[in-house]
Amino acid sequence: MYLDLALAGVAGFLCVALAGIALARSRTATPIVYGASLLLSLIVLAAALAALLARAPAASLVLPLGLPWIGAHFRLDALAAFFLVVVSLGGATASLYALGYGQHEEAPQRVLPFYPLFLAGMTLVVLADDAFSFLLCWEVMSLASWALVMAHHRDADNRRAGYLYLVMASFGTLALLLAFGLLAGPEGAYGFAQMRAAAHGAGLAALVLSLALLGAGSKAGLVPLHVWLPLAHPAAPSHVSGLMSGVMTKVAVYAFVRIVFDLLNAPSWWASMIVLALAAATALLGVLYALMQHDLKRLLAYHTVENIGIIFIGLGLALGFRAAGMNGAAALALIAALFHVFNHSLFKSLLFFGSGAVLTATGERDMEKLGGLIHKMPLASVAFLIGCVAISALPPLNGFASEWLTFQAILLSPALPQWGLKILIPGVGAVLALSAALAAACFVKAFGVTFLGRARSDAAAQAGEADRWSLAAMFILAALCLLAGILPGFVIDALTPLSQALVNGRMPPQAPIAWLAIVPINESRSSYDGLLVFLFISLSALLTASAIHRLASRRLRRGPAWDCGFPVPTPITQYSATSFAQPIRRVFGTVFFAARERVTMPPPGDMGAASLAVTLRDLIWDEIYAPIAHGVSRAGDRLNALQFLTIRRYLSIVFVLLVLLLLVLALWL
Amino acid sequence: MALIGALILQLLQMLLVLALAPGLIGLVRKVKARLLRRRGPAIVQPYRDLARLLRKEAVIAENASWLFRAAPYMIFAAIWVAAALIPTFATGLLFSWSGDMIAIIALLGSARFFLALAGMDVGTSFGGIGSSREMMIASLAEPATLMIVFSLALIAGSTSLSTIAEFMTSPEVGLRVSLGLALIALVIVALAENARIPVDNPATHLELTMVHEAMVLEYSGRHLALIELAAALKLLLYVSLIACLFLPVGLARAEDGAAALGWGLVAYVLKLGFGGALLGFFEVSIAKMRVFRVPQFLGAALMLGLLATLLRFVSASF
Amino acid sequence: MPHLAFDISHLLAGGLVVVSFMLLYQERLYSLLNVYALHAVVLALAVAWQAYIQDAPHLYVAAAIALCFKAIVIPLSLHRIIERLGIHREIETVVGIGLTMLVGIGLVALAMVVMLRVTGGAEPIAREDLAFALAVVLLGLLIMVTRRNAVSQVVGFMSLENGLVLAATGARGMPLVVEISVAFSILIAFIVIGIFLFRIRERFDTVDIVALDQFRGERR
Repeated sequence: MYLDLALAGVAGFLCVALAGIALARSRTATPIVYGASLLLSLIVLAAALAALLARAPAASLVLPLGLPWIGAHFRLDALAAFFLVVVSLGGATASLYALGYGQHEEAPQRVLPFYPLFLAGMTLVVLADDAFSFLLCWEVMSLASWALVMAHHRDADNRRAGYLYLVMASFGTLALLLAFGLLAGPEGAYGFAQMRAAAHGAGLAALVLSLALLGAGSKAGLVPLHVWLPLAHPAAPSHVSGLMSGVMTKVAVYAFVRIVFDLLNAPSWWASMIVLALAAATALLGVLYALMQHDLKRLLAYHTVENIGIIFIGLGLALGFRAAGMNGAAALALIAALFHVFNHSLFKSLLFFGSGAVLTATGERDMEKLGGLIHKMPLASVAFLIGCVAISALPPLNGFASEWLTFQAILLSPALPQWGLKILIPGVGAVLALSAALAAACFVKAFGVTFLGRARSDAAAQAGEADRWSLAAMFILAALCLLAGILPGFVIDALTPLSQALVNGRMPPQAPIAWLAIVPINESRSSYDGLLVFLFISLSALLTASAIHRLASRRLRRGPAWDCGFPVPTPITQYSATSFAQPIRRVFGTVFFAARERVTMPPPGDMGAASLAVTLRDLIWDEIYAPIAHGVSRAGDRLNALQFLTIRRYLSIVFVLLVLLLLVLALWL
Repeated sequence: MALIGALILQLLQMLLVLALAPGLIGLVRKVKARLLRRRGPAIVQPYRDLARLLRKEAVIAENASWLFRAAPYMIFAAIWVAAALIPTFATGLLFSWSGDMIAIIALLGSARFFLALAGMDVGTSFGGIGSSREMMIASLAEPATLMIVFSLALIAGSTSLSTIAEFMTSPEVGLRVSLGLALIALVIVALAENARIPVDNPATHLELTMVHEAMVLEYSGRHLALIELAAALKLLLYVSLIACLFLPVGLARAEDGAAALGWGLVAYVLKLGFGGALLGFFEVSIAKMRVFRVPQFLGAALMLGLLATLLRFVSASF
Repeated sequence: MPHLAFDISHLLAGGLVVVSFMLLYQERLYSLLNVYALHAVVLALAVAWQAYIQDAPHLYVAAAIALCFKAIVIPLSLHRIIERLGIHREIETVVGIGLTMLVGIGLVALAMVVMLRVTGGAEPIAREDLAFALAVVLLGLLIMVTRRNAVSQVVGFMSLENGLVLAATGARGMPLVVEISVAFSILIAFIVIGIFLFRIRERFDTVDIVALDQFRGERR
């Protein structure tokens, strides 16, 4: 029933896409397409939520589409229902936001047809129940998002981003294709049900896991496969950026969870070491890259990389616990990861919407030209601030709740039997703590430079508030961030069927606990109560404010800024994004980015300006990708000669190749 | 009835930390002054300062936003709640389970987040320098604290402070290397987090190396009073934390009788006095560091915490 | 009581590892020497405690040797060497201190894993002493590898040797002769290195061993 409704929603998306093509040039197209997408997303959301909360048994459906002898299988189980909630909630808020934001789009005909297609692709990936339809929908999702990235293709940077995205997406799909091929085996059992039932050997499992890590990781942005992400996500229109960062990366996480936890029955413990090491590197490098950025949207995209790292840390822990037979701990780690999936989809969409509002109001993405927007965009800045607090993992918002659960899972790991994990996991914990602290620094920078202080350009000085639709979408997301933060127990309970199905373990039920606290293992070990913390903070702040205003002075006078007696009127003297990051760059940058600072001082007596040049190198690009690109282009140069041969030579090449193939065949048989 | 009693005890704790915090600052200043052979201001001087600041009108910059005015209340509330969750004279208070050690650290992180934002709000260079350095220091101090929490949690089998403190009073603790490492690391972190001397100088207002004072430079009147009080509370919080983890002598339990609670109170005040005197002594005997030496100092704390955790992970008997 | 005995020996051995980390952290030569003296004092205490719980009087001798020579004589004479040679008093490191300490953590982890796995059957005190001793040895090697200055290399070498002594006392039944011979060999090594220092200084006007490498044509 729920599945039918969800598939009907997808059919609706496809119709809207067609309508988008037909209406593209008319002015009414924007509200029609986004309004219809909003409605359809809400329908799918309702179906998914009902399926998840009612703990409906898995429903499946075979449609006579696709390959004739297979058909297209769809299935809605708890895992699919949860990710469907994430996808459709993201779709709904993005559509709502776009009702306002889309009005400013300069080339709507390049966005409108692909946007519903993108939503349809993501929804279907989550629902697919055989390898063929999974990969097909995966490609639809990739190509639709690629088209959206290329919407503003006149910008050379965007073209480069689109090209890189296409290459990496093809690579990822190839890896997934091979993974499914291995899972299906020589008989070609492409249905997920058959894969689940089959027994896989250790070698095969290792290979499939690595391929899934490559395929899903390249889409999600695991280091070192992340290079396309910070270029492509910001290049798209902001609501699509929000969807790509907040939702599409989660679909990639879904692919990984589906393959590794559901289809593959028993990966061994060292698999979790690989996942954990990659995830820790991803979390740390993502946030360090973000700190070095001063393009607001790119900074957010790098933070997606960081959060994917945090999610994969949870997944890696779950793998390790499951291999050791500690099902309760595995459930805790898995739920922490999935909770973070949900949380990240909320606050990352919110932050991208906020950056879109800034972009609309000022035309700037460069933080060095912004500033003081809190006066011009008071409401948008409140929503953005809530997103910043949430993503920095600060209580009482939701980012903290899921990271807290991850920490609790880490604290269970000394019971693991393997030495490798025992040594690795404390390090992973340190990296997680480090990246959480650095994220807070990064968002002080992002919010402080963009919204606080004084305007650094005319565009920022003349900005105006965002429109009502955008604000509505942002505040819905902000409210959800707060709700998930103060009532985490309900989310955990909703996720219990997933952990039951995937790792055969569960956390204690959270709803009956007094004061709506969460207790991962038992009361004396650890507990956290977001609701009480929130209430305490609000109450004591209100109490203090009213006491001070009643009993002490309430007079207020405005004057020029003091600044230790040296106020300088020009806003250039403010701390900029680059200067804010300078101490952290000096601490971490020399190792991770080969950062160099060069100061040129004029000689004494010369009145010329001194200059400070900072150089950073992206070591991953320089050391991994650049050699590959170089090798490919050199090979291309060599093969170029093949373009200018005579017909006779071409024929002889074909002939020789044919003979060679026949020879191989003869030897083989 | 029992609930009301527990509630009163919890409220008592909240008022107690609030009442003692400025006194601790006064004590440290007094000790420092005496060691420098000055007479120094009276111990109650911080109370007088706060009262005067509260009576004065607040002057804020023309372009200060609502965030600038709201931040002191948020900072104060977050730190106050965090301080109320620490077992000071008794463990197992009514709401002590609503946040464990990780949550307490994160609450301090929230306070710092808003303080750093407030430093950037007016758009002056001093505010920016303070915020940026504060976040740099925090980016190392916070993971170091979490590593300490990890090692303690692995020893006591819990991240809840009350449980850890009760475990520490039990005879089965023994001498452990991880505990020693954690203590050293926690002291380093406490010095850095409270802007004390080797890292920052709490007594200066005009120095290019200042961190905390640079952030709050634009504040005055009641706002400044709240921020100063919050800073004092934070110092008290760290001293109480170290005391309840490493010196849990005399710590009562919430369900104990009035006598035990009274003894707990006396012991707590004595511990605070001892901690304050030690801090004053330490501060006069050491010089301030260059700013870019601080990461090494905190890095050492992070390493010690990591080492302590690692020792716990590798062998159950350490 | 056996619990306490175990705890104290464990604490002292662990303390030696911590002091090794302090050696890694130092930036000035004089403070390096002071910390080295502390290292030797902790070692002497650890050895004396072992002597007490093993009821082995000859270990007291070893402790006394450690205290006299390593904690007093050698640091003092190194102080004088530094003064007389006028060596630049900041330690020049090859890599940053943070990174060195990170590597140090890794080495400690390695030592723990290897020792605790290998010595599965031995009694707990010996196991942990051996594990800590190996960690001290590795950290000493790390100091030698990451420091440019010859004096700090000497300190690294001697802290390494302290680790060996700790290992020797942890294993029961170590004869006194071995102790004394180890101690004397160290003394001789110290004298040789001291003489070398003077010679290096005479010839190259510095004790930075980069100068030596350049002389041998290894670095350009």
